[in-house]
Amino acid sequence: MSGAPAAVDAPAPPAASPSASHDRRRVRREGWLFHAVMAPLTLLWVAPMVFVVLISVRSFDDIAARGTAALPDSFTLDGFRTAFGEGSMGAALWTSVQVTVPAVILSLLLSSMAAFALSRYAIPGRRAILLVMLAGNLLPPQILLIPVSRITESLGIYDTLAGLVAIHVGFGLGFYTFVLHGFMRSIPGEVTEAARIDGAGAFAVYARIVMPLCRPSLAALGALATTWIFNDLIWAITVLRTQAKFPVTAALLNLQGGYVSSWNVVAAASIMAAVPTAVVFFAFQRHFVSGLLMGSTK
Amino acid sequence: MTVAAATRRRRRHLSPVVWLFLLVPAAVELGLVFWPAINSFYLSLTRWNGLGAPEQVGLANYRELFSDGVFREALGNNVIWAVGFGGLSVAGGLALAVALNKPRRGVGIYRSAIYLPMVFSLAVTGLFWRVQYQPDGTVNTLLGAVGLRSLERQWLADPRTALYAVLVAAVWRQVGYVMVLYLAGLKGTDPSLDDASAVDGAGPWQRFRYVTWPQLRGVNTVVFAVTVIDSLRTFDIVWAMTQGGPYHSSELLSTYMFQQGFTFLNLGYASAIAVVIFALALLFIITYLVRTLKEEVA
Repeated sequence: MSGAPAAVDAPAPPAASPSASHDRRRVRREGWLFHAVMAPLTLLWVAPMVFVVLISVRSFDDIAARGTAALPDSFTLDGFRTAFGEGSMGAALWTSVQVTVPAVILSLLLSSMAAFALSRYAIPGRRAILLVMLAGNLLPPQILLIPVSRITESLGIYDTLAGLVAIHVGFGLGFYTFVLHGFMRSIPGEVTEAARIDGAGAFAVYARIVMPLCRPSLAALGALATTWIFNDLIWAITVLRTQAKFPVTAALLNLQGGYVSSWNVVAAASIMAAVPTAVVFFAFQRHFVSGLLMGSTK
Repeated sequence: MTVAAATRRRRRHLSPVVWLFLLVPAAVELGLVFWPAINSFYLSLTRWNGLGAPEQVGLANYRELFSDGVFREALGNNVIWAVGFGGLSVAGGLALAVALNKPRRGVGIYRSAIYLPMVFSLAVTGLFWRVQYQPDGTVNTLLGAVGLRSLERQWLADPRTALYAVLVAAVWRQVGYVMVLYLAGLKGTDPSLDDASAVDGAGPWQRFRYVTWPQLRGVNTVVFAVTVIDSLRTFDIVWAMTQGGPYHSSELLSTYMFQQGFTFLNLGYASAIAVVIFALALLFIITYLVRTLKEEVA
């Protein structure tokens, strides 16, 4: 998980109003200065990524002879081939999919149910329940690690992907519930009231009215949860023991131990671990950013 | 029957479906988060290697922590980490948010480049930077190129620099996240106040310090709490880059806890470290929840 969630108010941006008093020439000079600072800074920011990409397509001999910082003198996909096959990154990517997809779906299902009950019905002490659930997500994982590995053992799901899915769902629930609650509360009461008067039960209101209206926040949370779960390391190495079952991040660290000086393989493997979340990010960029800002209750 | 009457009736008889909707997720979180957390407190009062029954030892583990040099070093490193990681990522994120707040040409590219690292897992980030820190890597090559050859060193193998080298990598990833939070905060500020003070002759720094900054109070609280909670949780990136070494020089409480618990199987002692992490995080968790509660009421 990327870290503690954040709740920030993000009202709609006010329309930019270029004030007429601005002297055009001054604006242009400021613009030049702005790019003179920002362009090198941005290049510096992306440089580590660029070098990793360059290293991943160089040959072992090229790196050994000329160092990791040199520009490529060779082009080969050997690094990727080794990482995918021998380095078992291919299998690990598939494992990650098998963990991430059910964990995200179950998380959103369970949290939307809880959020629905807490936001649309006068359950006694509902605000306290909501805050306690959120507090659970803010706990440092360290305080859960040892008991979780014991509990999964006693449930017979230690060292299974099901165990890993379970802990991801359990630990994330509080935050997802809190965010969806904020959104569901903003749905006007008349919308669901009308359906109720027409005789729709609680389940029908949830499935046919509230969930479809929640689609944007479900998408945002889904994008966020996908990257969190996909990027997780600590739960994977807590719940799993068999290396063949490791998802991407844990497998990546393993591989790094086995290919100590083969930087092209390590670089290729870390790119393979990075690409899926980067794709989710670019595909859902707007959702993703709004997901980071969610929790606003106004 | 009026709507009001229907509401009143519903308050008294919540349908079993609604209760089910709440109780299933709540039970999952209770079993996988709160129950394990309580167990950690119990385990911290025992000596246990995972076999047989835990042996009650009262507060012995905590007394041992006080005289444990590695624990004290990890605690000290955690303070350095919280201040460095928090300070640098907030300063960087805020500065970039202010610089990239106004829409103008190129802003989109700069923003995306800076928050792209945020989508990588901490393990991937760690490996990306391990590559740069190699003896013949980009960092040393860059220093050599600008005539600072004397500063070249084995960044991750040198006990004096390992912690800071990891810190740089973590900040590189976190700055984009903080920037997104502040960008949202800046959108919520009132642009007419800024314009008015500009007309009154306030310089850019004065406008930021006395007009914009006070309006960011809410975001500051969130960023502060999130950063501290995050820095107490930090594990993956250290684990991926140094595993706390060399000679515990980059050890944090979380990595020390993991080693004690999962490498040495000192489950009681590791639980005591976990409880300390929880106690340190508690204040900030409460800060975060109080702010959330205030917003709920507002």
